Amino acid sequence: MTLALSVKEIATKIEGQFPGSVVEPSQDSLVVDRESLFEITQFLKTSPEFDFDYLTGITAVDYYDYFEVVYHLASIKHNHSLIVKTRCYGRDNPTLPSMISLWRGADFQEREIYDLMGIHFEGHPNLTRIVLWQGFEEHPLRKDYW
Amino acid sequence: MEVKDITRTYIYSDKELDRVEGEAIEALKAHCQQPIPDPDAWLDKELRRNILLTTVDATLNWARRSSLWPVICFPACCAFELIATEASRFDISRFGMEILRASPRQGDLMITAGTLTWKMAPQVRRIYDQMAEPKWVIAMGACAISGGIFASSYSVVPGYNRIIPVDVYVPGCPPRPEALLYGIRMLQNKIAKRTFL
Amino acid sequence: MALRTEPFVLNVGPVHPSTHGVFRMRATLDGEVIVNIEPVFGYLHRGIEKLAEERTYSGIIPLTDRLDYLASMSNNLAYVLAVEKLAEIEVPERAEYLRVIMVELQRIASHLIGVGSFLNDCGAFFTPFLYMFREREKVVDMLDMVSGQRLTYNYMRIGGVSQDIPDEFLPALDKFLKQMPGFIDEYDQLLKENEILLARAKGVGILPKELAINISASGPVLRGSGVKWDIRKADPYSVYDRFEFDIPTGTVGDCYDRYRVRVEEMRQSLRIIKQAMEQLPPGAVRSEVPHLLRPPVGEAYGHIESPKGELGFYLVSDNSIAPYRCHIRAPSLINLTALRDMMIGWKIADAIIIFGSIDVCMGEIDR
Repeated sequence: MTLALSVKEIATKIEGQFPGSVVEPSQDSLVVDRESLFEITQFLKTSPEFDFDYLTGITAVDYYDYFEVVYHLASIKHNHSLIVKTRCYGRDNPTLPSMISLWRGADFQEREIYDLMGIHFEGHPNLTRIVLWQGFEEHPLRKDYW
Repeated sequence: MEVKDITRTYIYSDKELDRVEGEAIEALKAHCQQPIPDPDAWLDKELRRNILLTTVDATLNWARRSSLWPVICFPACCAFELIATEASRFDISRFGMEILRASPRQGDLMITAGTLTWKMAPQVRRIYDQMAEPKWVIAMGACAISGGIFASSYSVVPGYNRIIPVDVYVPGCPPRPEALLYGIRMLQNKIAKRTFL
Repeated sequence: MALRTEPFVLNVGPVHPSTHGVFRMRATLDGEVIVNIEPVFGYLHRGIEKLAEERTYSGIIPLTDRLDYLASMSNNLAYVLAVEKLAEIEVPERAEYLRVIMVELQRIASHLIGVGSFLNDCGAFFTPFLYMFREREKVVDMLDMVSGQRLTYNYMRIGGVSQDIPDEFLPALDKFLKQMPGFIDEYDQLLKENEILLARAKGVGILPKELAINISASGPVLRGSGVKWDIRKADPYSVYDRFEFDIPTGTVGDCYDRYRVRVEEMRQSLRIIKQAMEQLPPGAVRSEVPHLLRPPVGEAYGHIESPKGELGFYLVSDNSIAPYRCHIRAPSLINLTALRDMMIGWKIADAIIIFGSIDVCMGEIDR
């Protein structure tokens, strides 16, 4: 069975390495803040006891005050998984660092989140619309579209 | 000859191409807000029954309807019912339609099998324009008739008759191969009544 | 005298006899050799994720049918698993076994088309495709008996399946299980050591193992590159932990390996169906679930091994009758990430084969 790792232990380890970054360790997911997101994911990928080399998926959810971006991570060797979340406050021009240098599977998924939700990913080589056409003005999956 | 890294010497810039295509899509969307009426809607019932055919007409119609060549246009799920109709169980080649042409210049029937989105609409319009006269269109499936289950979506065209004139509508989601064959029979009956001279 | 040449941009698609649906590639060619390729899709974007926010939980099941339309049962199952995880609903045993039988039959049907269209692209113009359609008609007839539909079944429900199997189903399934291995052997005899197929597909479009893990590939694409990762064994859902089956893997990661993985998976599916048929218990097929389900506030991620890869549904609920957010992790979209790496250096004719061996379904990519 894929073990969903206990978030409290990981939260304490990450607080030890990058102090002040964990916002709230809930029961099944680890919420971190934007500035230290890239270092934390890099640590999770490269450290041998976690070894999260497989990015299952990236999702974005629009709660009206903030956008929450969810990263599902998994490790093939150890067969465990973790959910990492981060929040972007503010509706005009939210930005996040791109995960493409760590996991190339983030390429099309980040483009799709930019297309449908409007979140910019810095460091992505080709952040253009992917499922909608150039010239479509809004971002349809936002809650204030319809 | 070896392959050098010449990725920077594009003839078209991708961004330019995307931008131009996006403008074409927006223009088509603004232009096509009303459905195109059916091709023979101007004939009322009385007149339709009184059309006389000469032998030349009848022969030409027989030749045209017995050898309709479909053009490939299958975006979505109905495509697989179309392919199943062409496979060996519900054989469509007994109606003369076994040749599925990729080139629209050589086809005369477009069976539209799938949901049409605004991004795809200029391409379908282009393929329809490239077909030679006489040409017919069968709208297959609920998505082709009216947008189907996706009609309220932001990127779906509500029916193919917004951009091309449709002759026969075959309902279903997806329609069974038997239903599609019935629709093709109806189209053949319609072609049998055309006059040219 | 040196020849002066220029690169040439060729547009392949969106309407093309060999692309599997409306997929477009802008290929920059130097002669016939591909220098750069850029995939363009979105021609079938129907906004399913947005439409799902307006429909009730049971009303989204027909929408999920149309995602990967060649494997509707798998899509239904992934969605229903996610909802059951969210609302903590128990499923009766008989329903679990029926689900496994339907999904494995669907896997056979989907791989038949995947392999058939790959061989079509290789140049065996339509003959193996029509042979495989003959088998697919048998599978589709059985699924038609159960659900009334040939392509988009809408069979799974939250808490079970929609109706029990009729009496003719099990004898028909038995007959199919006896005939099918003979058919797969017939295809192998004609195609496995066929020199044209080996010349066209062996060594073409290699996806190395580390790259496959890095791009989050899943399904036969990942297993063809040598990684033994199958959700049915790694994170078993439903009753898969009660069956014995192997996971076929490739070695190199070329088109031939992916084709062999799919054919072997069909054999393993037959094995699972046989065991499920023997162990099928009597009982109810659906548990009592309110029609307008209101799950508690929270989120859930349910994933299965669909024929194309790992299909996952991420649902966020706010205790109303419709989900707040429904995100679909589409395997075909993510498997396409390494398309450029697999195609550069090969000729344009090989590009069609490489794309065919990934076996995508456009309904899933564009959603």
